[in-house]
Amino acid sequence: MTKQEIRSVLMEIVAQIIPDEDLTNLKGDIPIREQVELDSMDFLDIIMELRKRYGIEVPEDDYKQLATIDSSVAYLEPRMRKL
Amino acid sequence: MTRKPNEARTVITGVGLTAPNGNNLAEFRKSLLTGKSGIQRFNVRYMGEVLAGVCHFDPLKYQKKKELRRGTRAGSAAIYCAQEAIADAKLDFASFDKSRIGVYVGITEHGNVETEKQIYEIKQFDYDTTFVSHHYNPRIVANNPAGEVTLNMGITGPHYTLGAACAGGNIGLIQGLQMLLLGEVDLALAGGVSETVHAFGAFASFRSEGALASHADPEKACRPFDKNRNGVVVSEGGCIYVVERLSDALRRGARIYCEIAGYAINSDAFDFVLPNAQRQAECMKLALSKAGIAAGDIDIINTHATGTREGDAAECRAIREVFGDHSNAYINNTKSYIGHTMGAAAALELAGNLPSFEDCIVHPTINVDQLDPECSFENLVINEPRKVDRVNYILNNSFGMLGINSVVIVKRFEG
Repeated sequence: MTKQEIRSVLMEIVAQIIPDEDLTNLKGDIPIREQVELDSMDFLDIIMELRKRYGIEVPEDDYKQLATIDSSVAYLEPRMRKL
Repeated sequence: MTRKPNEARTVITGVGLTAPNGNNLAEFRKSLLTGKSGIQRFNVRYMGEVLAGVCHFDPLKYQKKKELRRGTRAGSAAIYCAQEAIADAKLDFASFDKSRIGVYVGITEHGNVETEKQIYEIKQFDYDTTFVSHHYNPRIVANNPAGEVTLNMGITGPHYTLGAACAGGNIGLIQGLQMLLLGEVDLALAGGVSETVHAFGAFASFRSEGALASHADPEKACRPFDKNRNGVVVSEGGCIYVVERLSDALRRGARIYCEIAGYAINSDAFDFVLPNAQRQAECMKLALSKAGIAAGDIDIINTHATGTREGDAAECRAIREVFGDHSNAYINNTKSYIGHTMGAAAALELAGNLPSFEDCIVHPTINVDQLDPECSFENLVINEPRKVDRVNYILNNSFGMLGINSVVIVKRFEG
């Protein structure tokens, strides 16, 4: 997967998890939780979706690396490159 | 009998409901007077097509999409009904002290739907339990349907469910009135809900018992008192009442549907599934005694009958024991339209009869083509509504597995 594809997958997952939020102006470099209502249970949904869809395990210590869309893409790219 | 002070009397001042044939009291009542069934073909995991009563309320009327994704079907039904009941009660909810509201929701069971769903999900991953959702626990805790109401409505008073098999709806209502009389709360949201149709378990287990109804025409499948009845139709539903002390209701000039005049709960101590007519009769007598009235004062008996051979006959024996062979009371049944809405059944079935205080019409039981002589009463209202002179008292039966019996008697309110 390219970085662009990973980004669009992430956006799709976030949209599914917080369906009431308007994500059109979501900025890639600002923590997602500072821009939209996304609590810790919602965040765990992102982790679960990555596990279900792509078999990716994100260890708890790495959760902070998924704070923004940009940092998530950077973190996931080496793990999803070959998908 | 000494007249109770208004602080010691409880009244119903709001009704919110969803049934397979109506999403508010007016729609539901219309269906009951026009013979409109709510039973349809429905696909259930592992079993394929079954017959079920499915509700078609709009959950997004009161919930955000995220709440809906997070919560349960039972929670959603409870929220819809509670919100509708508050709106119907025309309360100034915004300024009402939310710490003085209690939420008491009767259930038959809870958690099966989510458990089956999770097991189905992890099966796709060879039963790897790391795929069990973090939402599983908050969805399956027994207080979930009541708790979701408090989250949605900002209610900070007590909330819990009452597990009472198919008597749940009456038990929820009784709990509400008891908490009002104890002074624990000033307003009770009380009734029952069910999400049972979204799990295969209840259908499969009734089928294994030989008690799951079947019929070529879904709308004719649930047929209490008919010779050819062959079992239960599993349904979902919800009905929550606003219950207040009469003194509070009068103070705010509320519209009063009825007074809760009497109630009783007892146990068969007899069998896991078989009914016991003697204990059912004792329960009805206890409720009459608590209401301070005689059997002859009852105008409508809304039966519990589910359409099983044994269950319907036992209830009829119990009614004969209490009311005699020539009961003046009109007898009807609501499950023939909507199937067995489980935890919601008692509350929903009572609601469908409340308009009788005003319109003096008794809704019939449908699908009786050949009346079973064991279930024959002169005043059984069959297939066509009956216009009567006056309705003062309605008695609502609801019984459940493990031998739990419940009876609620409501009275026309006349100040």
